Amino acid sequence: MIESIKSFMGWFFVTGDPMIYGADASIALASIGIVAVLTYFKKWKWLWEEWLTTVDHKKIGIMYIIAALLMLFRGGVDALMMRAQLTLPNLHFLDAEHYNQVFTTHGTIMIIFVAMPFIFGLMNIAVPLQIGARDVAFPFLNALSFWLFFFGAMLFNLSFVIGGSPDAGWSSYAPYAGAEMNPGVGQNYYLIGVQISGIGSLATGINFLVTILKMRAPGMTLFKMPLFTWSILITSVIVVFAFPAFTVALALMSIDRLFGAHFFTIAAGGSPMLWANLFWFWGHPEVYIVLLPVFGIFSEVIATFAHKTLFGYAVMVWSMVAISVLSFITWLHHFFTMGNTAPVNAFFSISTMLIAIPTGVKIFNWLFTLNKGRIQFTTPMLWALAFIPNFTIGGITGVMLAMAPADYQYHNSYFLVAHFHSTLIAGTVFGIFCGLHYWWPKMFGYLLDETKGKWAFWIFMISFNICFMPMYFLGLMGMTRRMYTYPAGLGWTPINVVMTIGAVGMGVGFIIMAYNIVWSAIHGKKDKTGDPWDGRTLEWATSSPAAEYNFAHIPEVSTRDAFEAMKEAERKGEADSKKPYAPIHMPSNTGIPVIMSAFMFVAGFGCVFEWYWMAIPGAIGVIACMIARSFVYDDHHFIPVEDIERTEAATGRLS
Amino acid sequence: MKNLKALIKPALLLMALAMLTGCSEKIAVLNPQGPVARSQYHLIIWSLIMMSLVLAVVLIIFVYVLARYGRKNSDGFDPNDTGNRRLEIIWMVIPVIICVLLAVPTVKTLFSLNQPPKATAAQAQTAGESLTIDVTSVQWKWLFRYPGQKIETVNYVVIPAGTPVKFRLHAYDAMNAFWVPELGGQQYTMTDMPMQLWLQADKPGNYDGRSSNYSGKGFAHMTFKVMSRSSTDFDRWVNDVKDNKPALTHEKYMELLKPNTVKAQAFSSYPAIVAKDLNKAQMEALMNGESVDTDSMHGMDMDHESGEGGSQDD
Ligand code: HEM
Ligand SMILES: [Cu+2]
Repeated sequence: MIESIKSFMGWFFVTGDPMIYGADASIALASIGIVAVLTYFKKWKWLWEEWLTTVDHKKIGIMYIIAALLMLFRGGVDALMMRAQLTLPNLHFLDAEHYNQVFTTHGTIMIIFVAMPFIFGLMNIAVPLQIGARDVAFPFLNALSFWLFFFGAMLFNLSFVIGGSPDAGWSSYAPYAGAEMNPGVGQNYYLIGVQISGIGSLATGINFLVTILKMRAPGMTLFKMPLFTWSILITSVIVVFAFPAFTVALALMSIDRLFGAHFFTIAAGGSPMLWANLFWFWGHPEVYIVLLPVFGIFSEVIATFAHKTLFGYAVMVWSMVAISVLSFITWLHHFFTMGNTAPVNAFFSISTMLIAIPTGVKIFNWLFTLNKGRIQFTTPMLWALAFIPNFTIGGITGVMLAMAPADYQYHNSYFLVAHFHSTLIAGTVFGIFCGLHYWWPKMFGYLLDETKGKWAFWIFMISFNICFMPMYFLGLMGMTRRMYTYPAGLGWTPINVVMTIGAVGMGVGFIIMAYNIVWSAIHGKKDKTGDPWDGRTLEWATSSPAAEYNFAHIPEVSTRDAFEAMKEAERKGEADSKKPYAPIHMPSNTGIPVIMSAFMFVAGFGCVFEWYWMAIPGAIGVIACMIARSFVYDDHHFIPVEDIERTEAATGRLS
Repeated sequence: MKNLKALIKPALLLMALAMLTGCSEKIAVLNPQGPVARSQYHLIIWSLIMMSLVLAVVLIIFVYVLARYGRKNSDGFDPNDTGNRRLEIIWMVIPVIICVLLAVPTVKTLFSLNQPPKATAAQAQTAGESLTIDVTSVQWKWLFRYPGQKIETVNYVVIPAGTPVKFRLHAYDAMNAFWVPELGGQQYTMTDMPMQLWLQADKPGNYDGRSSNYSGKGFAHMTFKVMSRSSTDFDRWVNDVKDNKPALTHEKYMELLKPNTVKAQAFSSYPAIVAKDLNKAQMEALMNGESVDTDSMHGMDMDHESGEGGSQDD
């Protein structure tokens, strides 16, 4: 009996590595600490009422961003562990199995649990405000999306200490990821964890598509929308078309692994290549899902701090539309070397190159927005400016990779790793940091410190170049991705040393940014006006942080840069007279999304271990929540006029 | 601060140039040793030139705009400068031209890589005009079968210099990729679809090859050597293997199919089962006494010579 418990524990918990025990201990300590603090300060009720049950898009956005920052920390630690292992030849800091798990979790976490949720967070905060709405179209669904992402991410991360992490790469290629070559629960964690959060992403796509199409303030026609809102509209369309392919692919592989089907296996006529097609049919649009929104952020920030309207607005919009269409016909460039005929490879080479055209157009439009501007070097602006040259390098190496015969040499090498970090870091990460600094006052009512922000920026940006520029050459020297070690004497060592130095520098930059967040929470400059940057779009027209109902009066829009126009009118003394308030209709908080997602977590955990005694009750719980929700008739409330007056008076807006 | 920034990029470019010229023997891809790698190298250099031009234009405008309009009290501020049809058309058309200039050689090279390279040396007696080698990736080793010479090697392959070599690629279990950067770009090895890759070495020499597609624990060690030899040396080597090396027995072969890493080795002959290129599932079925339906792979087979236009018919 004792023996069988012991052997179960040895299999259930990951054992045998001091790092894992360290992680176990810190997870346990952190959990105890959080519970203790909440209990001591009697904050449980507050947590439940203000956060866990909220349907307020601004709070959901903040929760997305907190979770994404934590995941960025985890993914960054993974990155540093990889760099430590590869600094010198033949190191034994991580063994092969461990390294394989680390690059898999690094990639998956960075894409699915950092880039996407961070962007979802920023769009939750900014889009309803930018279009002058009081919430998103489906507030309940929005909360559900967040909690599905959150529990999906928790499930995935649990693999580190319970059962073992996946090790088939974030692309999880069959047949290696199949049950024969990859027994154990690690790969199940990948499939189920990503699936759960993916359902949330799909719902977010639908939600913002409808929100932007249906809930714009009166007068805001499509071509008067801010560029960030445009980018989210287009991104939502991509999400809606791309995610179903991934959902299906994950489901099919789960069925392969859990129930012994043969969609992607070697045996019984399975087709490993089908996985590659399905995965990248989602995977390539996915890179635009995390790129187009930051294009939107940069457009806002560059226009704001150049104090000009965006140059070539219509072209900027149409180029994003073109990118979104093209992004669906390039997926095959991820496997030019999988035996396609020359005409097929030629088609996908050319379709991929074509994406460079709208992207290049955007770069020039940003440059010409700066031209004849009055450029102000704030922290968000620095991130946006650094994006231009650094991302251009990622873009041109992308064109080089698009040329199939040349890609035969770059593919799967560090050249590829360098390319996609040039786009993901100089694009997505710079963009989310930019948006974080830009919208921070709108989220919390105070600014992040500029000096510390600039230090973090310079250290991170320079270190990024130190880490990733040499990496291109390492690829041309023949070092392939996903190698856990390499022999001496190939001339790879100096570059690897330099790269590790750069990676550490990026870690330092991130820590300074984290310190800035803590410091500014205490000492940060208050934003009393609601418009700290002299903004141009409607989110700056309301107080910081915005009241629960966003706008006491729904603004009326007549031009692009609506808030700039309002300020202009006010300067000319044409501001319209005061209107009376009316009660505001708002959705009510609900605990169903978090409870339902927790049941989903239970069902998912059961599936990972193939414990159906656990999975089935979990699934029943999910269904019960759906039924319960269908009987909620009283899902909204009205904010009375007195409350509105009190809130507006408190922010000095009662004119 | 912005001056610093303006300096960083040129400095990086300079560093890149220095590395390109300074130590290009170490940079395998930029040091092609055969016609296939050379045609890819030309494409790479051509794209590098075009792309450097693009980067230069972006950087020049970037630095100019920041230097001119980033100062505290610069004149020329014009909030009404919100678009310019002519300029926008220019920067739409120029990228189109660049894409055409890159696409044409890309497509040409793509089709030419389906053809065997031109032989540049007298042919080896044991090889003939071109040599065919069947490559199988097994977790985590490379098996090379010489169907014409009836010999087999593991983790190294000898080829006659100046003679086109057709590598036919298979996988026994996980997907891998066959890559010899100095001789040419990679191709995947798969269980359900044989593929082929033409390579040729200009001169005798040793080249590093490795798997470039992740396949599990031993992946980083999944390397092999390509030894290019003069025609006479190649003939001598083939005869030496035939005379002096042990035969690959059935047991030994089954041993090799297990997932592990092994040393380089050579065999004077191989059993018939090797030539069937069975994958793991088929092999296991066979061992269990079930009949193996090798025909089911036929639709995907691109081995028959008619498929020269592409690497596969369907
Ligand atoms: C401190 C910053 C970072 C460093 C030092 C870093 C380092 C690395 C390294 C060394 C690898 C290659 C592992 C290998 O092939 O053996 C890798 C892979 C990867 N990285 Fe990063 N990374 C960083 C940030 C990011 C970010 C921000 C993202 C995405 C938003 C990202 C996405 C990926 C992906 C998708 C892979 C591929 C994983 C796979 O092969 O399955 N990384 N990273
Ligand atoms: Cu792609």
